[in-house]
Amino acid sequence: MAAPTTTPAHPAARAASKRRLSRRTAGGVGPIGLGVATLWLSLIVLAPLAAITIKSFENGLGGFVDAIDAPAARAALLVTLGVSLAVALINVVLGTLIAWVLVRDDFRGKSLVNALIDLPFALPTIVASIVLLSLYGPQSPFDIQLNATRPGLVVALLFVTLPFVVRSVQPVLIELDREVEQAAASLGASNLTIFRKIVLPTLAPAVLGGAGLAFTRAIGEYGSVVLIGGGIPKETEVASQYIQKQIEIDRFVNAAAVSVTLLLIAFVVLFTLRTLGGRAARREEHAG
Amino acid sequence: MILTRRTTLSLRVVALTYLGILVALPIVLIFFRTFEDGFGAFWDQITTPAAISALSLSLLIVAIVVPINVVFGIVTALALVRGRFRGRGVVQAIVDLPFAVSPIVVGASLILLWGSGGYFGFLESTGFKVIFALPGMILATIFVTLPFVVREVEPVLHEIGEEQEQAAATLGASRWQTFWRVTLPAIRWGLTYGVVLTVARSLGEFGAVIMVSAGISGESQTLTLLVHSRYIDDHNTFGAYSASTLLMVLALITLLAMTVLDQKRTKDV
Repeated sequence: MAAPTTTPAHPAARAASKRRLSRRTAGGVGPIGLGVATLWLSLIVLAPLAAITIKSFENGLGGFVDAIDAPAARAALLVTLGVSLAVALINVVLGTLIAWVLVRDDFRGKSLVNALIDLPFALPTIVASIVLLSLYGPQSPFDIQLNATRPGLVVALLFVTLPFVVRSVQPVLIELDREVEQAAASLGASNLTIFRKIVLPTLAPAVLGGAGLAFTRAIGEYGSVVLIGGGIPKETEVASQYIQKQIEIDRFVNAAAVSVTLLLIAFVVLFTLRTLGGRAARREEHAG
Repeated sequence: MILTRRTTLSLRVVALTYLGILVALPIVLIFFRTFEDGFGAFWDQITTPAAISALSLSLLIVAIVVPINVVFGIVTALALVRGRFRGRGVVQAIVDLPFAVSPIVVGASLILLWGSGGYFGFLESTGFKVIFALPGMILATIFVTLPFVVREVEPVLHEIGEEQEQAAATLGASRWQTFWRVTLPAIRWGLTYGVVLTVARSLGEFGAVIMVSAGISGESQTLTLLVHSRYIDDHNTFGAYSASTLLMVLALITLLAMTVLDQKRTKDV
């Protein structure tokens, strides 16, 4: 322990002495550091978000509702939510499957495939757009045309959200105790039962967490969908494209209202996930 | 679960086919399209004046954003780990906020705050132009990259604890000496990892930057904006492919650096 003079036996007393010590040691940044950090975060992150929130309510709550209820805005939000939901669901199934193959299967070039998963995070989104257009756009070598269609949006979003579910399920699968599965199998449980009763409950929080992150990423995505989506109003125009257009024609309140709606949806999803995740962790603690 | 050979194989085929169609095939195709007329054609496209100016602007933004993020990132991480204050949970949430905000919303927010009609718009009348100029692009990039350094340095600070720093202080080291000789060497790999992520995201950011850039070719275009304008405005598909390939090579270097650093980091701890 760090306290050299006394050796308090009580943990609370020990914590208190540690607190006293740390306040005067050199490691911390002190109140000035804390002030600098707070100011920095406020100026860079909070001030712009506060500005857009205030702007969105410039004409009152009624103005806010009118702005997101305008036909084009509502269509853009619905397209965004629908496409993002589809993307999250596909990720739940295929992301889990890929994680499973990467953990339980063994084949040549597996490490290469594993590295491939991270590529969509490293690749700039506009490059993702160009890459997908080369295969599914006007110059497609297989004559597959997804340009300016909703399936095109889904493909682009699947590309950029690929790592979320895979990378959140993978570590849980590695930790999963295979002896339990073997015990269940020796007691005559079928694979389906084992999957439903043992594997799925353990994986569920990780799958949900990954899917939630994929969903929040998808609703705000711009770069990867801007070229392949085409941005046809009420068809393939997503919320981010709508916001960008409204800013361009100086309809700031419209842009701000849709932006704040996107932020709210993202917060609700992330907050729900965090609460669910916390509850699952607590349950595990009680069980253990 | 004991799966039959057939089930295992079919799962493998499904996973590899999906990854092949979604990721591998398009990327191979881009490389093929870029180099089908030889390396010279590619080289010509990425050395046009507009391309060189775009690359320099991208690198300039990186060169400004990285040191700022390093300094404020370390201060924030230290405050979060070593400081004991009320509302730490709130500060933690604010640090993660940029991950949950759409790049377009970042750009729109900056315009509404710093733009000529915005709440800090009075700055523009003093001659300091933020939006549709370099400062706006830098603010946008800092916003989206803010969590990286903090989030990579924070766990390392937790890990190393305070004992060594306290020992240094007991031996009469000043705050600065302790920081430079004890804290900084301990967090160096975490910090480097955070910097690599920051560089990659800065080079690749598109949505937030296009909102606040004047978008003039050869002047206020970054590499990602060049890709977009070549494809959309110039209908120069090959030029867009070439610039994309350049960005892709930079991304692959990042991935490689991350893998190497990850091994170093886990070995060190």
